[in-house]
Amino acid sequence: MESVIERIKRGSFSQFHGGIHPPEQKFLTCSKPIASAQIPEQLIIPIRQHIGQAGNVIVKVGDKVLKGQILSDCDSPMSVPIHAPTSGTITAIKSMAIPHPSGLSEACIILTPDDEDTWKQRHICPDFHLLSKTQILEKIANAGISGMGGAGFPTQVKVSTLTKINYLIINAAECEPYITADDLLLQEHSPTILDGIKILDHLLTPKNILIGIEENKAKAIAALKKATADIDHIDICVIPTKYPSGGEKQLIQILTGQEVPSGVLPSSLGIVMQNVATCFAIADAVINDTPLIKRVVTVSGQALEKPQNIWALIGTPVGFLTSQCGYNNSQNRHLIMGGPMMGFSLPHDQIPVIKTTNCILAPSEIEIASPFSSTSSKEVECIRCGQCADVCPAQLLPQELQWSAKAKDQAQLEKLNLFDCIECGACAYVCPSQIPLVHYYRVAKAEIRQQKLLDIKAEKAKVRFEARKQRLEREKVARVEKHKKAAEARKARMNTGTSAAKSEKSAVADALARVKAKKAQASIKQNTAEISITSTLEMTAESVAPADDSKSQVANAIARAKAKKIVQKNQAQIESLDTLQNNESPSSSQAAPVVIDKKAKLDLAITKKTANENTPQAETISDSANAQVDATTKVVSPEVVNLASVSDEKATQALNKKAKVAAAIAKAKAKAKTKTTASLAAETAFDSSQLSTTSPNIDVMQDSNTAAQVKNVAEAIAKKTPSGPQMVSNIDTADRDQKTKIAAAAEKAKAKELPLKSQQISNSTSSSIKSEQDSMRATQADIAAIKKAHVAAVVAKAKAKKLAASSNKLTTSE
Amino acid sequence: MSTIIAILVLGILAALFGALLGFASVRFKVQGDPLAEQLDALLPQTQCGQCGYPGCKPYAEAVANGEAINKCAPGGEDTIKKIAELMGVEVQPLDENHEADNSPKVAFIIEEDCIGCTKCIQACPVDAIIGTTKQMHTIITDECTGCDLCVAPCPVDCIEMISVATTTQNWQWDLDSIPVVKID
Repeated sequence: MESVIERIKRGSFSQFHGGIHPPEQKFLTCSKPIASAQIPEQLIIPIRQHIGQAGNVIVKVGDKVLKGQILSDCDSPMSVPIHAPTSGTITAIKSMAIPHPSGLSEACIILTPDDEDTWKQRHICPDFHLLSKTQILEKIANAGISGMGGAGFPTQVKVSTLTKINYLIINAAECEPYITADDLLLQEHSPTILDGIKILDHLLTPKNILIGIEENKAKAIAALKKATADIDHIDICVIPTKYPSGGEKQLIQILTGQEVPSGVLPSSLGIVMQNVATCFAIADAVINDTPLIKRVVTVSGQALEKPQNIWALIGTPVGFLTSQCGYNNSQNRHLIMGGPMMGFSLPHDQIPVIKTTNCILAPSEIEIASPFSSTSSKEVECIRCGQCADVCPAQLLPQELQWSAKAKDQAQLEKLNLFDCIECGACAYVCPSQIPLVHYYRVAKAEIRQQKLLDIKAEKAKVRFEARKQRLEREKVARVEKHKKAAEARKARMNTGTSAAKSEKSAVADALARVKAKKAQASIKQNTAEISITSTLEMTAESVAPADDSKSQVANAIARAKAKKIVQKNQAQIESLDTLQNNESPSSSQAAPVVIDKKAKLDLAITKKTANENTPQAETISDSANAQVDATTKVVSPEVVNLASVSDEKATQALNKKAKVAAAIAKAKAKAKTKTTASLAAETAFDSSQLSTTSPNIDVMQDSNTAAQVKNVAEAIAKKTPSGPQMVSNIDTADRDQKTKIAAAAEKAKAKELPLKSQQISNSTSSSIKSEQDSMRATQADIAAIKKAHVAAVVAKAKAKKLAASSNKLTTSE
Repeated sequence: MSTIIAILVLGILAALFGALLGFASVRFKVQGDPLAEQLDALLPQTQCGQCGYPGCKPYAEAVANGEAINKCAPGGEDTIKKIAELMGVEVQPLDENHEADNSPKVAFIIEEDCIGCTKCIQACPVDAIIGTTKQMHTIITDECTGCDLCVAPCPVDCIEMISVATTTQNWQWDLDSIPVVKID
C-alpha cells in the first residue's frame, strides 16, 4: 500500500467534505512588502490574549519599561506572559474594550511609548542546538507565544506533548479571503520560519514535516522551496485552493487522509500543527531572545487607499493601523477583525491588535454591507435547498442545526454534533435565504456551555446542601446525646446522698419554685394593682361618708362588687377576702377587732404570696413578713379597738380600708424593688417609725433590705395608727391623713429618682414643716439619703395637705 | 377427577406466579421515587426555598405528589417547561408571588459593616459563608447559589445581592445586544 508520503510526493491529496470558493481578494495586499512597525501614541495591551488564564501583572502604574520587558508572569501552564512592545511608561492598568465579538472590557495595561524603543538586554543564541529541550521550552514559554493562527492556544503546551509525533504540519494554507499575512511572512522571512520549524523538529522529533500551502501563493511557495532545498524530510505540500482548507482538521485530512474524530485532539493521533507565524515567533524567541511583541497584520479592504501588510506592535489600536493605510473615516463603514468569513465587527477603532489578530478588514459598502445599512441582507425563510449540508466541511446538517438552535433544543443540537462545527461560515455563505447560520450556532454553543456550567454548579450546590443537612442532623443528635448524658450524670450525682447532691437537689427545687413564682407573679401583680384601685375608690367613697351615709353605703356596695370581681380572679386570696366582705356587709353591727383580724389575715396572705415570688431569699422574706404583719396586726388592733370605742364603727371600717389600701400600695412598691430603692425604703421606713414611735421591729428592718419593703406596709399602717386617735373626732381628717400617706409613699418613690429636685423643693417648703423635720433630725440627721427621702415625704405631706383642703371643701359643699 | 386436576394445576400455577412476583418485587425494588429524582435533576439547585419548601429536593418530591409546577423562581420559564414535559401537564406561567427576576446573582458582604453575628452563616443552605462569632464574614462566590436567604437575617443589612458580571467567559451571543457602534 502506498504510504502517505509517497502519495504526497506524487502530488495527490485527499479531499475534505464540502468547502467553498469565495472570491479571494488577496491581490489587494499579496504583492506589497510588509510595512515596518510604527509606534502609536498609546498601546493597549490586554493581559489575556490567548485561550487560558491571564497572568499576574508585575508592573505598576508609573513604571518605566523597556522593549521586551515582561509585564505579567504566569503560574499555570495555560497562562501566557505579555511583554512591553516598546519602551515607555505604564500610564494605567484598567478595563478596556478587547477584541472579542461581545465588545466587553477586560483588564489591559496602557503603555505610553517614549519613542526611544530601547531594548531590554537580550541573549542572542545563534545555535539553538547548544540549548537543552527544557531551555528551549522555557524560552518559548517566557516569550509569551500562543498560536497565532486564530485560536491562541499556548504554544509551549502544544510542543511539550509526550506522545509520539508522526507528523508535524506547518499550516501555511491561509485559506480565508483577503488575508495575506502568512503569505508575506513566507515571502520575506522564509529562512527564519525554517529556523522555527527546525526548532520544532528538534523538540518534537516527528517522522515527517509537512508544510501545507495553498496553490495560490506562488511567491511564498518559491521562497519556501528555496529555503528547504537542502532539507529532505520537509515536504512542501501545495494543495488546491479551497475554503476552509486551513482549518486544523481539514488540513490534516487533506495531507494525511486521516479524519480527526469528534472530541479528539490531533496530538492523540500523533499530529501537531503549527502556524507559520508561530514558527517565526519561536525562531525569534529562541535565537534572538525576542518575545512576541509584534506580528504581521493584513490591513485590507476596498475602503482603504493603500491596503497592505503591516508589522504591528501588540496593543496598537486598530484605528492607528487603518490610518496608516489611508482609511477614510468619514464614511459610514465598519471594521472587521479577522477575515470576512470568521471575523467579527468591532465596536470602535480603539480596539488593540493582539497576538491572534491576523487581519483588519475595512470593506466598502459594496464588498460587505455594514450591519447598519439598509442594503444589508435580510434573512428569509429556509427553503430546504440543502446547499449548506453540501458545503459543510465538518459534514454536519446545518439546516437541522439551525432549526434546533431556533427551538433551543439543546439535546438535539448535541445529538447533531454542534460542537464539531468550526464556524467557518461556508453554510451561511452559500445560503440563498441569507440566513446567518453561524450566528445561530454561536448563540446555541454559548448557551449549551453556560448550561453545562450551571449544571456543574447545581450539582455542587446539591452536594453541599445535602452535606449541610447531614451535618445539622449529626449536630442535633450529638446535642441530644450530650444533654442526655449530662442529665444522667446529674441524676447519678444527686442520688449519691452527699451534701453537694443535696444542695443540687434544693437548687433544682428552687429553680422549679422560681418558674412557678414567675408565672404567678404576672397574674398577682395585675390583681394587686386592681385591688388598690378598687380600694382607692372605696376610700373616696368613705371620705364622703359622714356627709351622706346612704351615699357612702351605695359607694361601698359598688366598690365591693368590683372587689368581688377581682377577688374571683385571685384564688389565693379568695377565702380571706370573702370572709372580709361577708363581715363587712353587716358592717355596722360587727365588732371592729374581728374586722381587723380578718384584714390582718388578708395582709398576711398577700405578703406571703409576695414573699413566695421573691427568688432565693423566699423563706427569709416570708418569715420576716410574717413577723412583720403579726406585729402590725398587734399594733393596729389595740389602736383600732381604741378607735372603735371613741368613734363609730363606720369610722373603724374606713380606717380599716385605708390601711388595706396603704398596704396594697406599699406591696406594689415592694415588688418593684431594686437594691437601692430597697435600702432607701428601709431607711425611710425606719425614719417614719421613729416619728411614729410605735414600730417594734426596727432591728428586723435593718437586718434585711428585702424585708424592709415589707416593713413599708407595716410602717404605713403603723404610721396611720397613732394619727388615728388625734383625728378620731373627724373621719374626714383621718381620711385625709390616709391620702397623705399614699401620696407620701408615691412621692418617696419620686424623690428617690430626683433627689436634687426634691431638695430644691424642700428649701421652699421647709418653713411649714420645721417641727417635723426637727424631730427627724434628732434621730438621723447624719444620713444624706434619709434626708432626701425625708424631704420628699415632707413635700408629699404638703401636697397631701392641699388635697385635704380640697376634699374638705368638697365635704363642706356636700 | 378432571375438576380436581384443574384445581390442582391452577393452584400450582398461582403459587408459581406468586413466587415469581414476590421474587421480582424484592429483586427489582426501586429505591426512592424515581419521578422525584428526575424532577430534582431539572431544578436549578439553588436551595433558595422561594417555592416554600426547604430546598430543591423537597420541592421535587412535592411536585411529584401534585404540587404546582410553577413555583421555582430561579429556574424560571425554562424549568417550568421541562417539568411540564416530564409530568405531562400544561406549561404554566411563573407564580406571580415569586420574583420574576432570575438573573444570576451572588451575595456580597460589605465587610466593614459586618458585626460577626453568624446569622447569615446559619441561613446559608450551601455553607457558602465563611466566618465565626465576632469575626468578619465573607461569601465564597463560587459556592453561592444566589438564593438570597442570607439577606433577611442580617441585622445590619450588610449583605447585597450582586448580579454576576458578564465576562468573555460567560458571555452569551446575543446578536441584538452587541454594542456595535458606527465608526464615523
